[in-house]
Amino acid sequence: MSVFAIVLLAVAADVQVGSKKFTESVILGEIAAQVVRSEGVAATHRRELGGTRIVFEALRSGEIDAYVEYTGTLRAEIYAGKDARDDAALRMRLEEDGLVATRPLGFENTYALGLLADEAERLGVRRVSDLVAHPDLAFGFTNEFLDRGDGWPGLRARYALPQKNVRGLDHDLAYRALLSGDVLVTDLYTTDAEIREYALRTLEDDLRYFPAYEAIVLRRADLDPRAAAALERLEGTIGAEAMIAMNARAKVDGVPEARVASDFLRLSLGLETGAAEDSLAARLLARTLEHLALVGIALAASVAVGVPLGVLGSLRPALGAALLGVAGVVQTIPSLALLVLLIPLLGIGAMPAIAALFLYGLLPIVRGTLSGLWGIPRDLRDSARALGLEAGARLRLVEMPLASPSILAGVRTAAVISVGTATLGALIGAGGYGQPILTGIRLARTSLLVEGAVPAAALALAVERGLALLERRLVSRGLRLSSQGV
Amino acid sequence: MLTLRGVRVEFGSTPALRGVDLKFERDRTTVLVGPSGCGKSTILRVLLGLATPSAGEATFDGAPVRRETIGAFRRRSGYVIQEGGLFPHLSARGNVTLLARHLRLAPDRIARRTDELCELTRFPEDALHRFPGELSGGQRQRVALMRALFLDPDVLLLDEPLAALDPLVRAELQDDLRAIFRARKKTVVLVTHDLSEAAFFGDRIVLLRDGAIVQSGTVRDLLDRPAEPFVSNFVRAQRRPLGGEA
Repeated sequence: MSVFAIVLLAVAADVQVGSKKFTESVILGEIAAQVVRSEGVAATHRRELGGTRIVFEALRSGEIDAYVEYTGTLRAEIYAGKDARDDAALRMRLEEDGLVATRPLGFENTYALGLLADEAERLGVRRVSDLVAHPDLAFGFTNEFLDRGDGWPGLRARYALPQKNVRGLDHDLAYRALLSGDVLVTDLYTTDAEIREYALRTLEDDLRYFPAYEAIVLRRADLDPRAAAALERLEGTIGAEAMIAMNARAKVDGVPEARVASDFLRLSLGLETGAAEDSLAARLLARTLEHLALVGIALAASVAVGVPLGVLGSLRPALGAALLGVAGVVQTIPSLALLVLLIPLLGIGAMPAIAALFLYGLLPIVRGTLSGLWGIPRDLRDSARALGLEAGARLRLVEMPLASPSILAGVRTAAVISVGTATLGALIGAGGYGQPILTGIRLARTSLLVEGAVPAAALALAVERGLALLERRLVSRGLRLSSQGV
Repeated sequence: MLTLRGVRVEFGSTPALRGVDLKFERDRTTVLVGPSGCGKSTILRVLLGLATPSAGEATFDGAPVRRETIGAFRRRSGYVIQEGGLFPHLSARGNVTLLARHLRLAPDRIARRTDELCELTRFPEDALHRFPGELSGGQRQRVALMRALFLDPDVLLLDEPLAALDPLVRAELQDDLRAIFRARKKTVVLVTHDLSEAAFFGDRIVLLRDGAIVQSGTVRDLLDRPAEPFVSNFVRAQRRPLGGEA
């Protein structure tokens, strides 16, 4: 237990850099963390914490100290409905939240129209306005872009685009449609890795239709000045080309984000951050410790609370029934929903994950305790009373030992559920085996999925096995005899 | 030593005892006999505070049986039930010495007392480490008896202690039990549905039906001066297997 506590404390003392769960954000988070470290300030990158809301709230509440955001997202999503139109107004809004933004890092990640570079050359289009001269081109847009007011409808109006052949497509299918020539123009994000992979050209938004989504580092105003200065070194250093290349290296070539980041810092800023990728063994060890901390703390708490609750419930049948009811309802809340519900109360990271696992563990343990105690034959209860043992002694010497197989069965169920559910903790930044699974999904890389899924399954088996051994030690041999019907 | 005064007990709406008055004399053996459901076991449960009367009261050595006093009474009594009521998670020794260890008696005193009781109940000492599941029915009852006798109680309350045993083992244990009662000067209340067993043990026999006392006296009284036809019927039914009716 104390080891886990130390691990958690050690993590909390560093500068915490967050990232959202898409590759570009992870690379930028890694760059930010490494540049802070290059100033001699300890920094931890808490990667893939979630979507914009979760990460921004984590920053505002001080759980993380910095992350990379886009100005357009701040205006359209975070401060939607508030005045944040120009830079000064945006700075005011941030200041109210105790936050500071760096100057732009140098690239924008916004909507753009793109087409194969060869086609662009052939048609002679460089700017969106050039499309007006080609009314027969086939357009294929993602459904979101097609429907959003600030997507295709507005774009068509602004540039007076005449094209009629416009289809809705899935994002990944859009690239294939481009290659096969089914569509000639699609929407994309200006730093998509696919731009390099498929040799696409993005058209200049010459009428400034799309809002600016300039990348900036957001940080807390109270951040260590050395860390703040380090983050400012990134201003104006990352161009769109560089960002696209980095995205492609991570996403297409499968280079770990940490190395993409350290290569960038060496080449552009001359910083040797030496962020060599952790070995597989080191990663596994770190994940295992995180996972064990989540499961161990949650399970210990479930036992510490669930068993006494079960004992109380066995004394008052109405309370027992109520407990089972409430615990049963908690069990039916989908894990992801429960995790998200806990964020406003407990923030992100290990705490809400542990709280959710704790709640899930309660039902099997309370139920095991209740049914174990309720199942004790009246003869044995009476014998213990008639012997002259007080209530406490009866519980300790007779009733709990008799209920122990059922209680331990409950603990085993709770533990196995907990090991599996803990993988979801990665969605809110709790780490553990869910982290490689999440990254594997993001990068569509099976090896990473396996790196998380296999140890998680192995741990579940090991925990089950370990608790079975514990059961042999804790449960009297005499009870195993009677369960065999002697 | 023990009395019941106007004791009524209900289980739900069913009366188990309908106003019973009884006195159990010190150092005497009283046998409660009657058909199943007549309330004989409930009398023991009232004396031990395991069942609460809705009217009337039980006294133990002159003091009423109440929640506050029941702990002391229980430690002055030994209770044995049909299947022994042994705790399956404890060895024979663990069962026998449970209360003594809880009361933190000196280990050598506990060991000495265990040896004594093995001898008294003729339980093989080398079987003390076995769990109840590894003992025969007769051995289990001997262990239950040792547990009941451990603190040398004044009172023994036995609820059909021999009913689950086969006849040979049962006869053997009957002899042993009677020898123990006589040698140890105990106030004994024994419940049985078997009249011959009642005659074998009892200084006095109390016959119950439907939660009320039908007749109380020696076995001779029941045979020769039945209080009502039910007594004769009960006696006749019990004697039939012996060929008395043929």
